[in-house]
Amino acid sequence: MTEDFGAGWHRLHPLSPLIQGGGLLSGLLGIFALSLVTAEGYEAYVYQLVAAGAIMVAGLVRWLVTRWKLDSATLRIETGLLRRDSRQLPMARIQAVDMVRPLLARVFGLASLQIRLAGAGKGDDRLAYLTLGEAARLRAVLLAGHHGLDPAAPEPAERPVITVPAGRVIGATLLRAAPRFVALAVIAAVAARAAPALFPASESTLAVIALGLVTSTCLQVTARYGFTVATSHDGIRIRRGLLSTMAETIPLRRVQAVRLVQPLLWRPFGWCRLVVHVAGVAGRDSGPKAGGLTKALLPVGSMSEAQHLIRLVFGPDIPELAKPPKRARVKAPLSYHFLAAGHNKVMAVTITGRVCKKTVYMRLEKLQSVRLSQGPAQRRLSLASVHGDAAGRQAHAAFADREADQARELLDELATLGRSARSTESAGG
Amino acid sequence: MTANASAGWMVPSARLWRMRLTQVAAAGPVLTVAAGLAAGISAGAWTGVAAAVVVAAAAGIVLWVERRRYRAWAYREREEDLIVSRGVLVRRVSVVPYGRLQFVEVTAGPFERAFRLATVQLHTAAAASDARIPGLERDEAARLRDRLAVLGEARAAGL
Repeated sequence: MTEDFGAGWHRLHPLSPLIQGGGLLSGLLGIFALSLVTAEGYEAYVYQLVAAGAIMVAGLVRWLVTRWKLDSATLRIETGLLRRDSRQLPMARIQAVDMVRPLLARVFGLASLQIRLAGAGKGDDRLAYLTLGEAARLRAVLLAGHHGLDPAAPEPAERPVITVPAGRVIGATLLRAAPRFVALAVIAAVAARAAPALFPASESTLAVIALGLVTSTCLQVTARYGFTVATSHDGIRIRRGLLSTMAETIPLRRVQAVRLVQPLLWRPFGWCRLVVHVAGVAGRDSGPKAGGLTKALLPVGSMSEAQHLIRLVFGPDIPELAKPPKRARVKAPLSYHFLAAGHNKVMAVTITGRVCKKTVYMRLEKLQSVRLSQGPAQRRLSLASVHGDAAGRQAHAAFADREADQARELLDELATLGRSARSTESAGG
Repeated sequence: MTANASAGWMVPSARLWRMRLTQVAAAGPVLTVAAGLAAGISAGAWTGVAAAVVVAAAAGIVLWVERRRYRAWAYREREEDLIVSRGVLVRRVSVVPYGRLQFVEVTAGPFERAFRLATVQLHTAAAASDARIPGLERDEAARLRDRLAVLGEARAAGL
């Protein structure tokens, strides 16, 4: 049954409503238990029972009206009782496929598939929940369809590349959170010293903020726990998570740009992180323009691991970097020490940043537009910056403070190279 | 004119400048009188005169800046891309390949409509692309929109 998805319509797993309502239900049950202890009569908690029932019924109805179907090139999802919503997801347009498994779903051996398309609306393109086998098989079919391969082919083998040890994840997350904790402690100390009479009142506020910080740090650790990067023919696969797990698959040619970030506090350890930009919809960025999707390609790792991953994504030819002319130090005194950029026929690499060093790697075929900008100080020094934009909000490579004449040439050169890279790409499939 | 007037470069309509002139000419005197009266009544006649002079001078500066900004706009349709140049303080040049166009937007606010003008904005999948050409005559805006749509379709490339 899970071997092949025939022509007919399929339903989600019958346990889906239970798992989708799971979070809310457990909250309600908590309140319910509390009111059992505190309230006098049962009238006080009958509302919670009604609400819980309503959630279950809504989930059940949702399950009843949702169905999906797979044909040769598209995945169709239909849902909605009053307002029918029918979606066609062409495999060729897939940007990434995520398999998300919350804790409760893992208990029952289920998984949800989230299919990312560029600019496809409110992230409703997900199937929650399928059995694990079904989800894995469907993912393989979708990705094979994306690459124009035979969908009946078995799921390609994965080759693990990098595993991030748990200790390093915890250490790095704590180091990133450290400045905030220090700032909070300083505020608390100052408050206690300056206004001892008022301190008890502000103490509780500070405690709440501290609790929030601790929770978010813990969440970050659990989300990045057991981070593994693997490669297979259908793309890069990222697995992570302690309680709820996530397996993200990004087809290599869907990578818009990769950003390497080296925060100040990580530099003594030689750590860095990699972020990959994909054209897609990031939850709250819903504007007229397609939002971007960023995924951690490496939450924390050594420079050699990062270089290895970058070669994996972009191939062995990484362009040489050149620093901007010395006089640029006048215009950018705080970032000049990092500024560098370079490009070859197929990709661009740029470095910017003041305290935190950011390196952007971008394939020229992904260029959406090229811009040149020259501020007053730059004009005085005859410098100019060139920006290459890829799809999304932040996928952007900046050739900062180059010689004005060269910048003007670079503008045309990047546009030309981008065009030829695109045409060879489309010719090669 | 600026160097932009050279071969192949197109500039916004002269009516865009007239529109800016009208906007400043309408708002400037009103603001000048209002500032003069307000300051004059609350803090004495000479303060009022000083305030009026300051506002009038500001209107003059705005006019001068707008004149330069107007003259800085230029665009050029090349074989494979559209290039837009603009800005006085910060000079900006944007190159948008036709194949990357997601959609072309033509807008006209109340002022632009009164002067029979329209703004053409090019949208790509990148949020940072900012190619916009204001103050085009309606026919030119429609021509550009249609031409960009045709070229965009012919050269469309996937993300």
